[in-house]
Amino acid sequence: MTTTTRLNPMEMDAIASRHPELLKSSASKRMRTAAIAGGVVFYLIFSWWFFSIGQVLGNANWGIAGTYLADWVSYEVRPEIHVAPDRTMSLNYQRNSPLGPNPNPAWVELDRQTVTRRVEVPATAIQAAKPKASSSFSFMAPGSALGGATATADAQNRVETRTEEVLTRVLVTYDRSTRIEVADGLVKATHGGETLVMAVDGADTVTPQGALPNWATQKRPGEKIVLAFGATGWAEVEGDEVSVRNRFFGWANFLFDTNSPFFRMSYGEVASLITSGERIDPARSNLSLAWNNILYNAEWQHLDVWTKLLQTVVMAFVGTLFASLIAFPLCFLAARNITPSFLTNQLVKRFFDFLRSVDMFIWALFFTRAFGPGPLAGISAIFFTDTGTLGKLYSEALENIDDKQREGVKSVGAAPLAVQRFGVLPQVLPVFASQALYFWESNTRSATIIGAVGAGGIGLKLWEAMRTNSDWENVAYMVLLILLVVFIFDSISNACRSRLMGRKAH
Amino acid sequence: MATSLLPRHLSDNGAVIERHWQELSSRRRLYSWLGFGVLFLALSGSLWFANDSNAGKFFDRLPHFFDFVGDLAPRDGLEIFRAMFDLPSPYDDGSFKYNYPEGRLYLTESFYIPEYVHKMLETVNIAIFSTVIGTTFGFVLCFLASRNLMPNPWIRGTVRRVMEILRAFPEVVIAGFFLAILSLGPIPAIAAVSIHTIGALGKLFYEVVENADMKPDEGLRAAGGNWIERVWFGMVPQVLPNFTSYFLLRLEINVRASTIIGAVGGGGIGELLRLSIGQGHQAKTLAIVILLFATIFAVDQFSAWLRRRLVGEQAFQLAQ
Repeated sequence: MTTTTRLNPMEMDAIASRHPELLKSSASKRMRTAAIAGGVVFYLIFSWWFFSIGQVLGNANWGIAGTYLADWVSYEVRPEIHVAPDRTMSLNYQRNSPLGPNPNPAWVELDRQTVTRRVEVPATAIQAAKPKASSSFSFMAPGSALGGATATADAQNRVETRTEEVLTRVLVTYDRSTRIEVADGLVKATHGGETLVMAVDGADTVTPQGALPNWATQKRPGEKIVLAFGATGWAEVEGDEVSVRNRFFGWANFLFDTNSPFFRMSYGEVASLITSGERIDPARSNLSLAWNNILYNAEWQHLDVWTKLLQTVVMAFVGTLFASLIAFPLCFLAARNITPSFLTNQLVKRFFDFLRSVDMFIWALFFTRAFGPGPLAGISAIFFTDTGTLGKLYSEALENIDDKQREGVKSVGAAPLAVQRFGVLPQVLPVFASQALYFWESNTRSATIIGAVGAGGIGLKLWEAMRTNSDWENVAYMVLLILLVVFIFDSISNACRSRLMGRKAH
Repeated sequence: MATSLLPRHLSDNGAVIERHWQELSSRRRLYSWLGFGVLFLALSGSLWFANDSNAGKFFDRLPHFFDFVGDLAPRDGLEIFRAMFDLPSPYDDGSFKYNYPEGRLYLTESFYIPEYVHKMLETVNIAIFSTVIGTTFGFVLCFLASRNLMPNPWIRGTVRRVMEILRAFPEVVIAGFFLAILSLGPIPAIAAVSIHTIGALGKLFYEVVENADMKPDEGLRAAGGNWIERVWFGMVPQVLPNFTSYFLLRLEINVRASTIIGAVGGGGIGELLRLSIGQGHQAKTLAIVILLFATIFAVDQFSAWLRRRLVGEQAFQLAQ
């Protein structure tokens, strides 16, 4: 009776050696792991070929990837030094330069000289030439430049004698060890202790003097030379132009854009203007002007971004709320222990399956056609899909309830509705609420992506910002806001769920 | 009746308890109503805002809602099947609307795969491939993130934060970024879906690992097993069924996700659907919708069946 089942190790070994087949797993079991691993490897190789991954990755432009990533948190200022054949120079900045309309940054040193010279003016070049000259020296209203152009537009090529201010030397300082100096047809670039001198002829030939350091590349003799200075920027030297790309860390003009009167002011100056300064715009206070300028910042479009983000949040909230309100009564019909009719159960369950399987994306496209682009389409899409998903989950929760409480309430003669209210609801309501909260949170995430197909919210804005390939800092800003919102709702929903369910919810 | 036997007046102690209970229940009721009030206000505010910022207003558009559904009806019912299987249409007038045979993918001289089936397979394959990638990385990371196997809070915390960021990072942005570097094609979609999958599965996986039985691990530790041996022989056999279940669950979600990502530029069936809805090609739209519906339904049912076999009823927590 009291034989112990404990064996000492020696006996165990003895048994093992007498019945080796018991301790060895079967052949199929041993093969299974290897078969699965082999299958996965084979599948990965197949997919590598199917998607031609190697080829695509090989052709990818990885240099641009670095630039785009850097654009997330930094911006470039792009002065372009134009070198004329007579070795005089002019300087202009990119359109919509983050430095504003009349930049004069400390890292660009200029030597000026006034010369009188004869220049040939082709009729078509006037329009292009005038704003170019104006942005570097004197700011001329765009209207006046345009007026001048139209007045002489019918003229043929002609030679004019002009007295104008030209540049004889330009020194661009990137950082302590990197600078470019252009003077007398020579471009002298210094980076990391090495200096490269290039001769430019003002037309189309660049001749490096001496060997190229490894930060400079030239594809063919005479062609442009690209100078890569790493994180601080790069430059391109052509025969008639030196394009400087100086990169600065941070988001340019985040609060006030270049058209704002507060542009280029420090926080202290803005604060003192708001609290005690004279009214810039007599019609309104400086505070409201500043706030308005922030909201309608042309580069960052704060108001629009915030509105779209709010739309995303609203889509997830209303969509999930409606879905749980509709799924709530329907799930009682779908649960076979509550509604003992096979036909009704199946009908409602298949209806849920239908809503779920016609994907949120298809619903989004349909409702975008029906309601026009905007959050209504997103709400409807989330509502339809999640009615299916929540209905399925709710009915499964109902089917798993403890029957004793229901029987107890039934046995005292309660009406059917009261049986559900007191016998069933207290068991499932926390589960229902917790699942609704979970979907609210997860929909906040998925609402971003259905927005990109037009169903409202920040998705489309994000997509548009990415398509231009030049607004990556706006993408970063929106991503940051989205992450923040998702994080907040994540915490709220988690807190609510753990209060409802205890530790189980996680 | 029994009630008449009860004392009509409560003792002081009983009265205090009764009053206290009444206070509690009325306060509770007040909170409930307040909660409902706040919810109602938020809801009506949200609805007003949504309606206000929508391109079409709800009540203006509602009467035309079914016009649009009517617009979807093709010229005859067979058109849907012609579109689905790339058969020539009798209405072919050279426009994109009826050029069904154009997209055929010939495998041999005479045997072809219809365009939409081909694209659907591509989308499903994107989903499977990214789920496999995501599972592989999630599998490796989850052991580093679980409390019971990684006592070092710095490594654990870092891995968890990384997974959180991967999970919450909008997929559109990852897809868009890779779209900018690589050209059009399925790889941006694969990158977006796999990166999200790593984060999502990693979290589910480490929760499974944290709930696992630690006795096998103790045994291995006592026998002098190193960390990898402890994980491989003590932990993996326990958690593998749940991991497989989550893999299948994720596969369902990823089939949908890769469709959507396709629509915003990742190729596959999603893009075709968006185009054909936008251009009003009824038969093509319906063919794609039916195909998509059937595929998603089939994947869902298959995965549910397999999960039920693997882990029983607990396989039905949905997670994203």
